[in-house]
Amino acid sequence: MIPAIQIQQVHKRFGSVQALCGIDLEVAQGEFFGLLGPNGAGKTTVINILAGLARADSGSVRVLGHDVVTQYRESRRALGVVPQELVFDPFFSVRETLRFQSGYFGLGRNDAWIDEVMHHLDLTGKAGANMRSLSGGMKRRVLVAQALVHKPPVIVLDEPTAGVDVELRQGLWEFVRGLNRDGHTIVLTTHYLEEAEAMCARIAMLKQGRVVALDTTSNLINRRDSLYLKLRIGGAALPPALAERVRDSAEGTHTLRLRSHAELESVLAQVREAGAQIEELELLQPDLEDVFVQIMRDAKG
Amino acid sequence: MNPLSGFGTLLYKELLRFWKVAFQTVAAPVLTTLLYLLIFSHVMQGRAPVYGEVPYAAFLVPGLVMMAVLQNAFANSSSSLIQSKVTGNIIFVLLPPLSHWEFFAAYVLASVVRGMAVGAGVLLVSLAFVGLSFEHPLWIIAFALAGSAILGTLGLIAGIWADKFDQVAAFQSFLIMPLTFLSGVFYSIHSLPAFWQDLSRFNPFFYMIDGFRYGFFGVSDIDPALSLAVALANLLVFTAVTLALLRRGYKLRF
Repeated sequence: MIPAIQIQQVHKRFGSVQALCGIDLEVAQGEFFGLLGPNGAGKTTVINILAGLARADSGSVRVLGHDVVTQYRESRRALGVVPQELVFDPFFSVRETLRFQSGYFGLGRNDAWIDEVMHHLDLTGKAGANMRSLSGGMKRRVLVAQALVHKPPVIVLDEPTAGVDVELRQGLWEFVRGLNRDGHTIVLTTHYLEEAEAMCARIAMLKQGRVVALDTTSNLINRRDSLYLKLRIGGAALPPALAERVRDSAEGTHTLRLRSHAELESVLAQVREAGAQIEELELLQPDLEDVFVQIMRDAKG
Repeated sequence: MNPLSGFGTLLYKELLRFWKVAFQTVAAPVLTTLLYLLIFSHVMQGRAPVYGEVPYAAFLVPGLVMMAVLQNAFANSSSSLIQSKVTGNIIFVLLPPLSHWEFFAAYVLASVVRGMAVGAGVLLVSLAFVGLSFEHPLWIIAFALAGSAILGTLGLIAGIWADKFDQVAAFQSFLIMPLTFLSGVFYSIHSLPAFWQDLSRFNPFFYMIDGFRYGFFGVSDIDPALSLAVALANLLVFTAVTLALLRRGYKLRF
């Protein structure tokens, strides 16, 4: 099957900054793919090149097999992009905005689908409202709707839940998951690693224009192959022998690294021998944040 | 999927954009131009030699109409594009599969409509104050269309090139306005010293206004066919430049 997205040896320079240095990525159809990285890593540049908002200096980029420069009509029709910034045209209402977007993609009569999308995104009540009058969360939802008017098989969301309240975030997650279940390929960039962990099946991590990790989410997490023990003790200080295991300490609660469940017993024994009592204890599974930080640290460019 | 509707939608959106604020985009220029007419005709009557028998006010009206057409056609495309770029919503017309031809045609056509609308408004209102003749109405329409298309195209170039609002304003103030004012809107070039007369012939706007006036009075400095040819040649050149900029994605697709 043709990959949804193929990025081969893409280089991009902005003035004196080399934004992308030979990116190779492939996203299969129907995947839920995450693109992570610190600010300035090149995530938005990759998205812009995909969407035709920027042009790569070299390399090739295809959406469903269509080259984004030479076959831009087909590639853009196959792609829906939800941008990071809350951009809008202040002259028009929500419905007008969605109608225009449909028209640009060659869809003259699209009201039925527009109504459906607005319903799913809880925008029906604001259909006639001017874009300027909407709250940030509503504007965000309109941006998602705009990306969907032409029912693109591949949807890219650039930090869709940045600065969004919990309720809307949950709502958007559910909605996007639903799109993925319906067969849309989703590419998500985010700084919320819990979001990436919860939603994405496969993740690429970018740092300074290079791919530093590319694997399934579960592989990445298991790579770390460590557990964490959150411990609050009283009566004595943490034995020095355990100090090297400490990932962080906050308000008397220490987070200790364990290589396996078997180490739990010896750690607790050391605590007991030091004469301390366990006041609170929690065993944590490894998470993506730790993996991410470790990978970023290891990939010092 | 109707491929034509991409262009049609963008055109419709650009028209709606200026129509929604018609007070600012149509009514205000009409009023401003009317003020020019009333003040200048009052002050200049009998003082500036124009076309023999033609009263100054009558001479002035076509010049003012054309000036309104040119300035508003320029303003439509340039302001629309710079606003979109600065606010960021330009991406909504860059993401869809619109070709650079469609992009170009939509913005320029919308500018033509705006230019013609304002020109028609100025003309209608002027008729209430000044008697005019319409010797060759087809030339009037031809030059109005050519002029608004050229300025719509220049507005697109300005909007593409500019990064900030005041760069568009500079384009307008330092290029468009001087060329317009020095093209014979307010005077016949015969009233100028010989050197300035010759220099005026290098001003493309002069041909547009001269030809446009021919449509009213049947009198002009240059053969209207030649003026139209010059205007169309200008349009061709500016169109080619704009299409090249759009194809390269200059300042729109980094």
